[in-house]
Amino acid sequence: MAQVWTRKDLLGLDDLSKEEIELILATAESFKEVSTREIKKVPALRGKTVVNLFYEPSTRTRVSFEIAAKRLSADVINIASETSSVRKGETLIDTGRNIEALKVDIIVVRHNYSGAAAMLARHVGASVINAGDGWHEHPTQALLDIFTLKEKLGRISGLNVSILGDIAHSRVARSNIWGLTKLGANVTVCAPKMLIPPGIEEMHVKVTSDIDEALGNADAVNVLRMQFERDEENAFPKQLEYFKKFGITKERLEKAKKDIIIMHPGPLNRGIEISSEIADGANSVILEQVTNGIAVRMAALFLVAGANENITHDNTD
Amino acid sequence: MKEKAKLLDKDAVNRIFMRIAHEILEKNKGTQSLCLVGIRNRGAYMAKRLSNSIEAIDKAIVPVGILDITLYRDDLTLIAQQPLVHKTEIGFDITDKNIVLVDDVLYTGRTVRAALDALVDLGRPKSIQLAVLIDRGHRELPIRADYVGKNVPTSQKETVEVRLTEVDGSDEVVIVEKD
Repeated sequence: MAQVWTRKDLLGLDDLSKEEIELILATAESFKEVSTREIKKVPALRGKTVVNLFYEPSTRTRVSFEIAAKRLSADVINIASETSSVRKGETLIDTGRNIEALKVDIIVVRHNYSGAAAMLARHVGASVINAGDGWHEHPTQALLDIFTLKEKLGRISGLNVSILGDIAHSRVARSNIWGLTKLGANVTVCAPKMLIPPGIEEMHVKVTSDIDEALGNADAVNVLRMQFERDEENAFPKQLEYFKKFGITKERLEKAKKDIIIMHPGPLNRGIEISSEIADGANSVILEQVTNGIAVRMAALFLVAGANENITHDNTD
Repeated sequence: MKEKAKLLDKDAVNRIFMRIAHEILEKNKGTQSLCLVGIRNRGAYMAKRLSNSIEAIDKAIVPVGILDITLYRDDLTLIAQQPLVHKTEIGFDITDKNIVLVDDVLYTGRTVRAALDALVDLGRPKSIQLAVLIDRGHRELPIRADYVGKNVPTSQKETVEVRLTEVDGSDEVVIVEKD
C-alpha cells in the first residue's frame, strides 16, 4: 500500500498504481465508521468548497458525493448543466475557470465526453474528481465495487469476477477492469457480440458471449445496466430478448457458485438485466454498494484535498 | 537522531501502569461506568494494558476503545500530504460514561484537544480524564493530565520516544536528540 497520496486529481483507475488503489480502499475503510455514528460528521475538510459539476443526469452519484463532502464538513454546491450557463454555450474550460475564480477547492465533474475530466484538470488548479466521463472511466464507482467485494470476500487477488452487459458503452466496466486486474483478479466480460468493443482482450480479460460460461466459476458478477438511452443506432437487442438470453435469474444462478456475489451499479432495470428475485435476494449486495460509495468518495475527497495543499498551480496549457 | 538517555526500562514502565490502574480505581471509586479510550497508535496499546491491570486488581472488565484523531487535527491544512487515516473503534456508547483518555506522551496538548473534539462527537460522556505515560511540558493549550507516569523536563530540540512491546518489541522510554 502507498503511504501517501500525491495526485491533485482522481481521473481514473488506469493511471493509478496497485498501491494507490489500496491506499484509497484502506482510507475508505476508516471512513466507513463515520457514517455509523449518531453525529455523522468529522471536521477534516472544514472550510473547503466542493462543486459538483454535472453535465449528465445523475442522482445517486451526485447525492453520494454531496453526502460524502458534507460528512467531511466541506461546503457543497451543485451545478447541473440544464440549469446553468452551459445552456448559453459556455465551454467546459471556461466554466471550470469561473468556478475556480470562486475559490473552489475540489470540482467533481461528470461529462458525456471521454477525457473531459482530464482536460478540466489540466486547466484548473483545483482538484478534479472524475464522476464519469463518456464511455471512458467512472473511478469512484469501480472503487466502491471493489471495496464491497473486498469487504465481502476478504481479498481481490485470485477472485473470478464477471462483468456482464453493455461493455461497449460502459465506463463502469472499464474502470472495474483496470482496478480489478491491477489487484490481481481474473476478469471475464460477457455480452452479446454487438456490445463487446473490439480490442477489449488487450485489457487482459476473458471475453465470452455465453452467460453460463461467465457465471460458471465466478465468485462475483457485476451486472451492468442496459443503457438503452445510448442506443442511437438501434443496434441493441430488444429488452425481452436480452432478459431471456442474458438476464440474471434464479434458474440461471442454479448453475453458479452458491454464494456468488451479485453487484449492480444502479439504477436497476428490473426484468431486463436482472430479475427482482435476484436483485432483492440473499446474494445481492446492491444496497451495500450504495452505502460503501459514501466511504469511498469521502476517501477520494480527503486524499485529493490533502495532496493539493502545497502544489503550485500551473494554469498554462 | 541520537539516543540521549533512557528514562524508563521495562520494569519501570510496568510499575507505572500498575500504579495508574490503582489511581484510576481510587479516583473513580471502582469500575462503575468506567471506560478506557486509547489514542492511536501507542495510546491504544496502553489502554489495553491498563484495562488488564485493572482487571487483575478489581476483577472487573473495563471496556477499551481506540480513537483515531487524524480527521480532527488542527494542522491538516499545514502538512504536505494527508496522513494515513485509521479506524476509530469504540464499540460502546460513551454517553454518561466516565472516560479515561490514554496517550503515551503529553506535549503541546493539541492531540488531546483533537481527541476531546472527536470524543464529544461520539456522545456526551459524564466525565473525561486523561492518563499519560510521560508529561514533557511545553503546553500550547490549557490542558493537563489526571494521571501521569513520569514528569520529564525536556528541551524542544528533544523527542521523547515511548516504545511498547506490541509495536516496538520492547518496553522502554528514551530521550532522543534531534539533529
